[in-house]
Amino acid sequence: MTKVEAIIQVSKLDAVKDALHEVGVEGMTVFEARGHGRQKGHTEFYRGREYTVDLIPKAKLEIVLADEMVEKVVQAITTAARTGKIGDGKIFLSRIDEAIRIRNDERGDSVL
Amino acid sequence: MTSINSFDFRKGRLSRYCCDAAFKARSRKGSMKNSATVCLTLAMACLFAIGALAQTSGGNAAASGTGAATEAQSARIAKLEQAVADAKSSGDNAWMLTSSALVLMMTGPGLVLFYGGLVRKKNVLSTMMQSFALMAIVTLLWGLVSYSLAFAPGNSFIGGLHNVFLRGVGAQPDPDYAATIPLQTFMVFQLMFAIITPALITGAFAERMKFSAMTAFMVLWSLVVYAPMAHMVWGKGGLLNASLGGRFPCLDFAGGTVVHVTSGVSALVCALYLGPRIGYPKEAMPPHSVVLSFVGACLLWVGWFGFNAGSALSAGALATSAFVATHFGAAAATLGWSGAEWWKRGKPSALGAISGAVAGLVAITPASGFVSPMSAIAIGLAAGVVCFLMVTKVKSMFGYDDSLDAFGVHGAGGTLGALLTGVFASSAVNPIFKNAQGSTLASGLLEGNAHQFLNQLVGVAIAWGLAIVGTVVILKLVDITIGLRVSEDHEMQGLDLSQHGEEGYSWDSPA
Repeated sequence: MTKVEAIIQVSKLDAVKDALHEVGVEGMTVFEARGHGRQKGHTEFYRGREYTVDLIPKAKLEIVLADEMVEKVVQAITTAARTGKIGDGKIFLSRIDEAIRIRNDERGDSVL
Repeated sequence: MTSINSFDFRKGRLSRYCCDAAFKARSRKGSMKNSATVCLTLAMACLFAIGALAQTSGGNAAASGTGAATEAQSARIAKLEQAVADAKSSGDNAWMLTSSALVLMMTGPGLVLFYGGLVRKKNVLSTMMQSFALMAIVTLLWGLVSYSLAFAPGNSFIGGLHNVFLRGVGAQPDPDYAATIPLQTFMVFQLMFAIITPALITGAFAERMKFSAMTAFMVLWSLVVYAPMAHMVWGKGGLLNASLGGRFPCLDFAGGTVVHVTSGVSALVCALYLGPRIGYPKEAMPPHSVVLSFVGACLLWVGWFGFNAGSALSAGALATSAFVATHFGAAAATLGWSGAEWWKRGKPSALGAISGAVAGLVAITPASGFVSPMSAIAIGLAAGVVCFLMVTKVKSMFGYDDSLDAFGVHGAGGTLGALLTGVFASSAVNPIFKNAQGSTLASGLLEGNAHQFLNQLVGVAIAWGLAIVGTVVILKLVDITIGLRVSEDHEMQGLDLSQHGEEGYSWDSPA
């Protein structure tokens, strides 16, 4: 099993969720994140002082999938989340050792 | 038997009231029948008065025959006069009680929200608590002793102890202060000013002062700085009192010097003495909620009508004049600050707009009952631009951490307003200066009285001096005994937790 971590633009979250549902992904976890890669932040101005905000709001999704699904899901995410500009985000894949369903102790691929 | 003198006096007053009331009755919208009835009743009362006067003008001989009738008539006239006086008093008292409530609202929630939104999230409650605690502490102090120190007769600099524990402060008016409202109303109105003045100072030492030290500081400050300044400008025999024959009559309608200069300058002293917040100026410390500050500023604007128009101490045309000048000053200052910011920075910020409004309200405070609406606009525009420069340029130039710009807005705005009052004050708006014959003298510079500007300078200088000396002494005293600043750990943790054991927002908790 593989964990797919995708950091995307907040404005693209709905589009990505829809695309994932379309390829058959049923479970996901979404986090509100802040960060930056090469994207510059912006400045805010309060009472004469400038503040640089370089941690930009992002959305992070975590999905754990059976290995066969991974490529399809990565494609779906990149298509839905891409704008072509710096700040679109990144996807990371990592190996997962085990998955357990809390409700009934089930283990393995069927849990996903 | 009543003497001729008092009868003359009563007749004179009565006819004036008759004519006034009759005129008002005629011009009021409503049924003709109502107006006619009132006219008729008052006309008859006038006739009785004239009749009674004719009867007694011959001296005692003429009166003895119709003694009983005269007694009855004079009793009726006395009752009528009392009723008319009560009606006027009612209107004035209603407005003054409302004003008192409005001024308290300026502190809570006005200032509470305005300041609360400007600090970091971890200090929101402690900032609010400082102003709120003063609502309680200053009230008790006022009742016990500081009202007396401000308004009881004393010397040129401070009042006496005649009114401690509010002795003698009851339903009877004190004609020197306000002839148509109970002295108790006057006392409670002034109390709200005594509360908000120290609350303004909290903006300078926000996010780093111990709560215990703040309470000690404020008690002493109220006694050593506020009460004397209030006495000098507004109290009987005060050195700067323009209405009651002070040596240097300083025009300060609602507290430009008493409230804003003293608190603003004290704030600067505190900021310099305590030193900057940890991490200032490198670390970013933007307001955690401009939304809260916005709501607070709007409440301040509305409440300020009580602050300025209430300082007319009556509900007549002067209150209206002050109300209007206040409003126009605030509006002009908003545009002044926003305009300057738009030009300099490219964008007019929301925080800038509300700061501008507050700056204008501060500056118009001393002038409000003396200037025309157009002059108010001029004062407001000047305050908006000047305070914008104070807060953006001057503060960073000198490097002091006046966290919430108490000096930049109140100290600078108040000083500017007090000086401009000497320029724009007009006897056409408020004939405050009269010569020995009773004719009106010019008030301000533009009207031809250049000397008044000097008097304003004296008032401002005394406010600055008293604030600086008093604040330094008190800070030193409290520092040696209790210690002023929180520890570094407590400052990093946030004052809500370290001083009050609380968190302002529990949004992060699950469920």
